[in-house]
Amino acid sequence: MFRYTKATFLREVLVWIAALIGLMPFYFLLATALKPDEELLTTTSSALPSRPTVANFTDVLTTSGDNNILFSLVNSVMITVGSILGLVAFGSLAAYVLARSTRRWSSIAFYLFLIAIILPAQLGIIPLYIGARTMGLVGTPWGMIVLYAGTLMPLAVFLYAGFFRALPRDYEEAAAIDGAGPGRVFLRIVLPLMAPATGTVAILTGLIVWNDFFTALIFLGGSDYQTLTVSMYYYVGSLVSAWNKIFAIVIISMIPILGFYLFAQKKFIQGFAGGVK
Amino acid sequence: MREVSPEQGAGGGDIRPRRVRPLISYGHWWWALPAVLMVVLVHYVATAGGAFYAFTNWTGVGAFDFIGLENFRKIIDDPTLLGSLKNTLFLAFGFLVLTNVFGLMLALALNRTLKSRYLLRVLIFMPVVLSPLAVSYIWKFIFDFNGPINQFLGWLGREDWQRPWLAEPGLALWAVLIVMVWQTTGLVMVIYLAGLATVPPEIEEAGALDGAGTWGRFWHITLPSIRASTAIAGTLMLVQGLRVFDQVMALTGGGPGGATETLATQVYKETFALSNFGFGAALALMLTAIILVFSALQQAATRDRT
Repeated sequence: MFRYTKATFLREVLVWIAALIGLMPFYFLLATALKPDEELLTTTSSALPSRPTVANFTDVLTTSGDNNILFSLVNSVMITVGSILGLVAFGSLAAYVLARSTRRWSSIAFYLFLIAIILPAQLGIIPLYIGARTMGLVGTPWGMIVLYAGTLMPLAVFLYAGFFRALPRDYEEAAAIDGAGPGRVFLRIVLPLMAPATGTVAILTGLIVWNDFFTALIFLGGSDYQTLTVSMYYYVGSLVSAWNKIFAIVIISMIPILGFYLFAQKKFIQGFAGGVK
Repeated sequence: MREVSPEQGAGGGDIRPRRVRPLISYGHWWWALPAVLMVVLVHYVATAGGAFYAFTNWTGVGAFDFIGLENFRKIIDDPTLLGSLKNTLFLAFGFLVLTNVFGLMLALALNRTLKSRYLLRVLIFMPVVLSPLAVSYIWKFIFDFNGPINQFLGWLGREDWQRPWLAEPGLALWAVLIVMVWQTTGLVMVIYLAGLATVPPEIEEAGALDGAGTWGRFWHITLPSIRASTAIAGTLMLVQGLRVFDQVMALTGGGPGGATETLATQVYKETFALSNFGFGAALALMLTAIILVFSALQQAATRDRT
């Protein structure tokens, strides 16, 4: 029943056609980003560039001023990596204790994290902005790292706790019997074992932080530490219809995440499928 | 051996049976403290604060007055704001239906037998990992009056069908929906693929031997088996659709003439562009209530079927 037949081959061809049609936006993206200015005005929107150039990329990368793309790229990397580190460190410690503890308070705390995942961010963002402004954290990378770590902590704890609950206790007990204290048990035994969960947490939360626009626009808009999405938004607003330059910025914003995706595609897809279950 | 927690043993008055204490200590209770504090502050205290401001006329600086339900009355009376509520619901349900239909179709097509299913899965999933803002700029080009869609229609000889897609009130909202669906269908496909992987082939084979056709096998065997995936995909898409922001900002900015404003874009504009913090909080509270209500309904609807 599940053999490869002519009907299966036909289905495969149809899916490929659908997939390639679905991927056409990427064709337009690449073709247009490589067009020199004069070709942009004289050729049709879907035509390939006859004299492709990378000038659009060098132009946008060397633009100085408020929406410096290179600086924004650095900001995005710094904030994303900082948020991931905070989430992995505090999330794993919390999830480990909650998953292993038999106390009633750990169940209550775990439900606290669960409900927080569903709670929408829009309502809380207003008081958070006021609080951050009062503390002088608006427009700073550290403020963003704390904010993103706090926002995504429920997701990180949820993912880690699921992993720890499935992890046998034998290794930890053996190490403890040999005299290792709780801290050493965690660092030497649990930390290496939880690498798969850390990968999932890093991918999911890193993706959310890297691509975030709403929160970054509110907290970093107009500041010196704008992330790539915010600078892209302002820059594109000033370019109007210079599509070759707009698409150069779009590609620059996509390359890090797309490269990482293609490098770890199975982990990405498993992370999404497993993370939402 | 150090104590697991600072709690002291209960006195003689405690007649409840005590839980079995683990033989060794698995970390200290205070390891969870930083995460708990962050979540309480960033999620619970902040949300409560937002709900508080929703009943004030605060402008973000200085003093404010309590004005009861005045902000909410204003929302209902304003045609643009009521329109943003309708747009939010339209996008959310359109998004929910279309991503699940296309995602399930793709998952069924890719499940088993296809030789290149792994490569196809990687390609179809690719848009999911990209920035919604960046994706929207590609589509803004596609929808442009001199863009590929109108060019294609011209090539077909249908110049009369050419439109400024993002500048027509009736069409712009559909354009936003198309972009959302295009980017997220791969995620729904992956969720359904995970669900379909748990369906034993033997059940389908037994159904086929009993004479069940393709549609009958799908309806009676496959669909009930992936109910959990439907619940997950449904809730995720509904919530994501209700708070659409990036795509609207990039594609239309809420235009033309407010035709594509959503509650999320209005929250941003009223609060941070116009400094109507109290009013923005009321909009955010309305959006939050809608999200929580629909999430609960979605869970109840998919759970009751047993």
